[in-house]
Amino acid sequence: MTAEIGSDACFTNRIDPGVDELVVNVGPSHPSTHGVCRVIVHLDGEVVTKAEPVIGYLHRGIEKMAENRTYLQVVPLTDRLDYVGSMYANWAYCRAVERLAGIQVPERAEYLRVIVCEMQRIASHMMSLGSAAADTGAATMFIYAFDQRERVIEAFEELCGARLTYNYVRPGGVSFEIPEGWTERVLQFCRDHREGLEQMDRLFFGNVIAKDRMKHIGVLSPEDAVAWGASGPVARGSGVNWDMRKHDPYSVYPRFDFDVPTGSNGDCYDRARVRLFECYESCRIIEQAISQMHPGPIRTPGLPRLLAPRPGDAYDHIESARGALGVYLVSDGSVRPYRMKVRSPAFCNLALLPLLAEGHMLSDLVVILGSLDPVFGEVDR
Amino acid sequence: MALIDRLGETLDKGQGSGIILSTVDSLLDWARGKSLWAMPMGTACCAMELIAASFNKFDFDRHGTFPRPDPRHTDVMIVAGTITKKMAPAVKQLYEQMADPKWVIAMGNCAVSGGIFYYDTYSVVRGVDEFLPVDVYIAGCPPRPESLQDAVFRLRERIATESIAPDRRREAVLTLPGSADISFGVRPGDHGADEQGGAR
Repeated sequence: MTAEIGSDACFTNRIDPGVDELVVNVGPSHPSTHGVCRVIVHLDGEVVTKAEPVIGYLHRGIEKMAENRTYLQVVPLTDRLDYVGSMYANWAYCRAVERLAGIQVPERAEYLRVIVCEMQRIASHMMSLGSAAADTGAATMFIYAFDQRERVIEAFEELCGARLTYNYVRPGGVSFEIPEGWTERVLQFCRDHREGLEQMDRLFFGNVIAKDRMKHIGVLSPEDAVAWGASGPVARGSGVNWDMRKHDPYSVYPRFDFDVPTGSNGDCYDRARVRLFECYESCRIIEQAISQMHPGPIRTPGLPRLLAPRPGDAYDHIESARGALGVYLVSDGSVRPYRMKVRSPAFCNLALLPLLAEGHMLSDLVVILGSLDPVFGEVDR
Repeated sequence: MALIDRLGETLDKGQGSGIILSTVDSLLDWARGKSLWAMPMGTACCAMELIAASFNKFDFDRHGTFPRPDPRHTDVMIVAGTITKKMAPAVKQLYEQMADPKWVIAMGNCAVSGGIFYYDTYSVVRGVDEFLPVDVYIAGCPPRPESLQDAVFRLRERIATESIAPDRRREAVLTLPGSADISFGVRPGDHGADEQGGAR
């Protein structure tokens, strides 16, 4: 733990007479903050009385940079937003551009986008589950989860040549046609993945230590989840049945039969378990998408390389692995966006940390932070 | 370290002490090069590849490199990811907390030069070498885990040139992938060359 004793923040809230309050600084480089989050924790003994996240350690100015790039050149920047799930930011941005410029996307491209995004959801949730388990001390689970994640990444590498920053979804379609035999390998992965999930479920979620560490920790009520703008597995863990794919359907999602898993207690255990069940649903969607997909063009034909949409604005959002990821674009008629704004689910979910951590032990703070699954590229942008 | 430093200085002045020095150097460089504990300074996307490198498929541990998020325990800082102006003081502080001898690997384009964030942004440090002495640079956005392993081998080659005597730093051996080693000057030994062949 890197304690910055003597920094300003340590002394903002001085000690009340008669109360032994200790101010501990966690981060910005701490293995369990899932990135470069800094949390100023006020402790009474070992109990957190106040936790204050400090963000901005990874603020790279992506939104500002987008104003100096053409519409196509912004796509690689969106890769670096949510680097655990790059496909989502690609897609959300491309949807906003397509809405702004009135581009119709071919059906096969939509199916390919759905397939890669559902695989990305698996990869992202595996990272989240693994690190959530590692936070509670179960490092073995991380190995099993990473095994599954690596298989998805291998498939992506085969598809577009990159392991992490794919740049796959482009305005008007996708960049590459799938290689030969890829769908069979993906289907095989879906079958193996279900077994892997069952194994992880038995290994970790059935474990009494995991239950002790995660049940009734960081309880988020459904009312608070809605009031604070939480989305994704964080909101669904509290029993809020809200999934963009189902309740504000986009792309070809209405054609698929899938369920939205929700939790009931709103604690860390439910949030993590919702992620596990979402992986099953993702497998179902991938299988249906592959069976429904027909050959065809993967890009809108005749699309100019330099897009110059008419002046106006557009907002579009998708369900990312972390929640509702939206991109708002303003065009002034030139070839570059006038303004790009990213509505980041990780940022909104991280805002819940002070609410959830209060009254818990310091060691539970990292579990709560892990269960919110923030990615700081997206929080700080 | 102070004692060993002084030992080297004293020995270097004596006649015929080269055999002692080179033996001690080989031993020390072998020990240092083969158990490089890494301080994972992962800030952004490259941190994912850093994690991937240390997990089951790539398994960094077999090279003696073990991620240990504590500056006091580590020999090499792997700066993986964009360093912003807000983050830079923390990175510098952590580097200063590391015990000597210490090395730095700049992993990924952001840590090398700012990468994709070199132009048009106001908050990114253009390369970690602006405030840290970098030993090995890895290009890529992000680099593959294999590149990181290769960087550790390169760092071993560099460590193999170090000497405890102040004026006896040996010259580096340049290993080109897939070809015979090209050595400039005295070849200090075969550190790392055997595993490198095995890994390919």
